[in-house]
Amino acid sequence: MRKQALKPLSCAIALGLGLGMMSFVQTAAAAWQPKKPVEFIVMAGKGGGADKAVRFMQNIIAKHNLSAKPFTPINKPGGSGAEALVHVNSASDPDHTIMFTLNSFYTTPLRQPGLNVDISTFTPIGRMAEDTFLLWVNVDSGIENVEQFVAAAKAKGNAWIMAGTGKNSEDNLLTDFLNKAYGLNMKYVPYKGGGRVAKELAGNNANSTVNNPSEQLGFYQAGKTRALAAFTPARLPLFADAPTFGELGKDFVYFMQRTVVGAPGMSEEAATYYRQLFASIYGSDEWQGYMTKKSLQGGYITGDILMRYWLREKAVHKVMLQKMGAIK
Amino acid sequence: MDILSLLLTGFAIAFEPLNLGLIVFGCAVGLFIGAMPGLGSVNGVAILLPMTFLVPPTGAIIFLGAIYYGAMYGGAISSIMLGIPGASTAVATTFDGRPMALKGEADKALIAAATASFIGGSVGVVLFTLFAPPLADVALTFGAPEIFALMLMAFATFIGLGSDDIPKTIFSIFIGLVFGSVGLDIISGEPRLIFGDIPGFFHGINFLVLAIGIYGIAEMLWTIEVSQGDVMISQATVSVRRILNSLRELTRTWKTMLMGSFLGYFVGILPAAGATPGSLMAYGISKTMSKKPETYGKGNINGVVAPEAANNAASTGAMLPMLTLGIPGSPTTAILLGGMVIWGLEPGPMVFTDHPDFVWGFIASLYAANVFALLINIAFIPAFIWVLKMPFTILAPIIFVLCVVGGFVPTLDMHDVWLMLIFGIVGYLMRKLDYPMAPAVLAIVLGPLAEPALRQSLLISGGSFSIFFSRPFAGVIMVIALVLFALPLLKIAKSLIRR
Repeated sequence: MRKQALKPLSCAIALGLGLGMMSFVQTAAAAWQPKKPVEFIVMAGKGGGADKAVRFMQNIIAKHNLSAKPFTPINKPGGSGAEALVHVNSASDPDHTIMFTLNSFYTTPLRQPGLNVDISTFTPIGRMAEDTFLLWVNVDSGIENVEQFVAAAKAKGNAWIMAGTGKNSEDNLLTDFLNKAYGLNMKYVPYKGGGRVAKELAGNNANSTVNNPSEQLGFYQAGKTRALAAFTPARLPLFADAPTFGELGKDFVYFMQRTVVGAPGMSEEAATYYRQLFASIYGSDEWQGYMTKKSLQGGYITGDILMRYWLREKAVHKVMLQKMGAIK
Repeated sequence: MDILSLLLTGFAIAFEPLNLGLIVFGCAVGLFIGAMPGLGSVNGVAILLPMTFLVPPTGAIIFLGAIYYGAMYGGAISSIMLGIPGASTAVATTFDGRPMALKGEADKALIAAATASFIGGSVGVVLFTLFAPPLADVALTFGAPEIFALMLMAFATFIGLGSDDIPKTIFSIFIGLVFGSVGLDIISGEPRLIFGDIPGFFHGINFLVLAIGIYGIAEMLWTIEVSQGDVMISQATVSVRRILNSLRELTRTWKTMLMGSFLGYFVGILPAAGATPGSLMAYGISKTMSKKPETYGKGNINGVVAPEAANNAASTGAMLPMLTLGIPGSPTTAILLGGMVIWGLEPGPMVFTDHPDFVWGFIASLYAANVFALLINIAFIPAFIWVLKMPFTILAPIIFVLCVVGGFVPTLDMHDVWLMLIFGIVGYLMRKLDYPMAPAVLAIVLGPLAEPALRQSLLISGGSFSIFFSRPFAGVIMVIALVLFALPLLKIAKSLIRR
């Protein structure tokens, strides 16, 4: 079961790296280089998970001298990424504008058609990882598995508080899924940022959360919170005791992409340069270590494969948002 | 004395030549960054973060910590000298620091700011050393109801701030609240007040843009009008005797210093609050406690001491949830947290046990950073005074350029520069019509913190306000807030009875 799930993944890695190599051979003669500092737009605020990842990559670039010009992180957290999307969509210098995106890359343009953002016009660079989600409770609750969780949440009904990161966010989608799948009526209370959400659970101001591993790791290691189940196809090595929802008979897998996107209209030479650059960042010991520590999944995919992945994910999110009633 | 031996080990680490050099260098860099309008500790720490992998993690955090500290001292400098808040944390310092400089007491204000920063920082770091783990537990239990109660208390302390004209004060507060609600509403997930999808409004109105507009640009326009083209040179001198006199006068403000330090520290440890609300609250409380509240805003030394003590104490306080919980208490600590991840450390409850050298070396470095920042700051006061002696015709263009830079830097968006210029003109008009500005600044800072906390609390309770009184911390703070709201009414009632 597990091996099967891994197969397409490793294929994708091989294919992605292969494509990167091929384009490397093609353009080795006249390699494009950035001519000025590269704007590295972050769709989230300073200090969040995405921001940390961008600064981490910036450090890898600087440490290994991967670029002659610096990469400057610029935070544009406004409007669930709307501000960043509009900025990159109308970038005056597409060859020097790249962005680190999350799933709001799909959901924000779907929810705000007025932005006139069509993600199929953006330049696919490289998917650096997929972040995972788990269902968490406070250890004080005494809940040790999903069965007990369902019983407790049912008993409390509407007074069961699920903390999450903003209305219609990834956390909201997962909460809706849990409510529907188990016939629950949990109340979703939005907070700003996953770190804050994790803290609300550890401080017993919420009954459950669906945090990323990196957000809960500190409290988990201190024995304050417990992971009940993972929204992944296979169990996560860091939380081997937590079954997947697939094992529990609920077929639901959900990832958050952590992907580098180029501005629309980026030249093919520049795109090739960035694809190679981020492929070598992905392959670096630092990034691999970061992925292990943060329990990140997913191989490096780039080019057309990445674009197809986006369009598929966009379609999936459209259906989810429609079910939620967030869009028509 | 387990803590003492750990702290001594920490000092041994902090006083290694490399680390000591990093402290001095970091303080100086921080002082400069803090003094530049718009550039605050957040920018300084973010810009210099990539440099830190050249040194071991302990040296790296010591360096960034020293920058953070230096910036807290530096923020006061341009607030006092130019009337432009050097950093968001120093906005409250302009309220009385600028009037003092205009009265020719710039040296006194600068010394007051440096001394208060030192006291605030020292109190903060001692509290940190002694009570880190229990305070971390308190910070952890602080949920939305507690945060709302605290914000309400902050508003209560600002009743009657600026002028005695209550309707004008209320108007100013509401203007600030409306500006503060621009941007994404996280509870509904929808953007608000973005005026037909203007992208610059998606991230909300950065309150520094408002503060620089109304304190920098509006102040300059006002001065031009008052001087009517005459070349104005501020009266400013500095001498050892004046410094000693200032220090003697400062001993009378010890109560304000201690109040600011403790308040700032406790506000600082709460996630999501940070040093800016802490310094504004300290100003408000200092004014409320004062026997002569009418002298505030006109150059009362307590109005400089309170926010400066508070912002340094708060910056130390904000390190606590960062180190112990892995939750940043301020934007700057959020970047530091990212740094720790890059250096290969996992911040959170385990860091004290897993990396004692790192934690205690860092704490010890804060003691040292405090002393160095104070010394560097005082050594430069004559240079700052020299700036004030420039004729206004030279100073005004410099201020204007600094304002534009300060408006641009926090978000790197021209939209904010235009907005700042508009706020400057509106601020000038409001000043002509005698509207107080401070309440608007307070509201734009606290509004975006208070509003989600209120709505989260009511979501949790199902709409019942009893949630604010049924929880111990929230209840106590709420009662204090309500009493503070009632105080001005009591005063009015008293004076009526006397008549």
